[in-house]
Amino acid sequence: MVKPTRVTNRIRAVREGAGLTQAELARRIGVTRQTLIAIEQSKYSPTLELAFQLSRVFGLGIDELFQYPEADSE
Amino acid sequence: MVYEERNTWASMVVTVVVLIAYVVIVLQRAGGGPLTEVLWWPIMLGAIVGAIVLTIVVSILWGILAGMRDPDGVGQSDQRDRDIARFGDRVGQSFMVAAGLGVLALCAIQAHWFWIANAMFFGFALASLAGSLARVVAYRRGLA
Repeated sequence: MVKPTRVTNRIRAVREGAGLTQAELARRIGVTRQTLIAIEQSKYSPTLELAFQLSRVFGLGIDELFQYPEADSE
Repeated sequence: MVYEERNTWASMVVTVVVLIAYVVIVLQRAGGGPLTEVLWWPIMLGAIVGAIVLTIVVSILWGILAGMRDPDGVGQSDQRDRDIARFGDRVGQSFMVAAGLGVLALCAIQAHWFWIANAMFFGFALASLAGSLARVVAYRRGLA
């Protein structure tokens, strides 16, 4: 069944800080704007490849962009 | 709305319209008599071909309209579309299995060809509808 992803991220804040629009960032990582919106809203967990592409656009590590809850908080 | 979601909506709407048209035509041809007397296969063939053609036409027209409003990425698909398509296929497949089992059961009891063919036909249609519905829900609510 469809359930919200537990992976959260701060892509929106970082993107806005970098002065990039959703359309520009989506074009740079080769996805549709709707997919970027879904990722920003944590409605879709990007593939590892996309996560790397995003982290490289911003020059950050993956764990600086994405968060996943600790095991003991599950 | 992305290209693949538009195609999914087009397929879902066309499937519902064609199914209703098929049932109405078969009932009209039966004229209150037994359904097994209806020459069902030309109607079914027309429904299948009609659904394919209509889905393509609606998708193209909708794509043109969407392209006029937002030319960026009008025919673009990406990894999320592929993931959602796989999810929809998985949901639809369960209905195909149910339809296949239904067909086997009907064969076992030597049901009339009409019922066997229609069980399979509605199995295809329901699998398509369920898969499309799952995709639309995934597009709207998210896919983990």
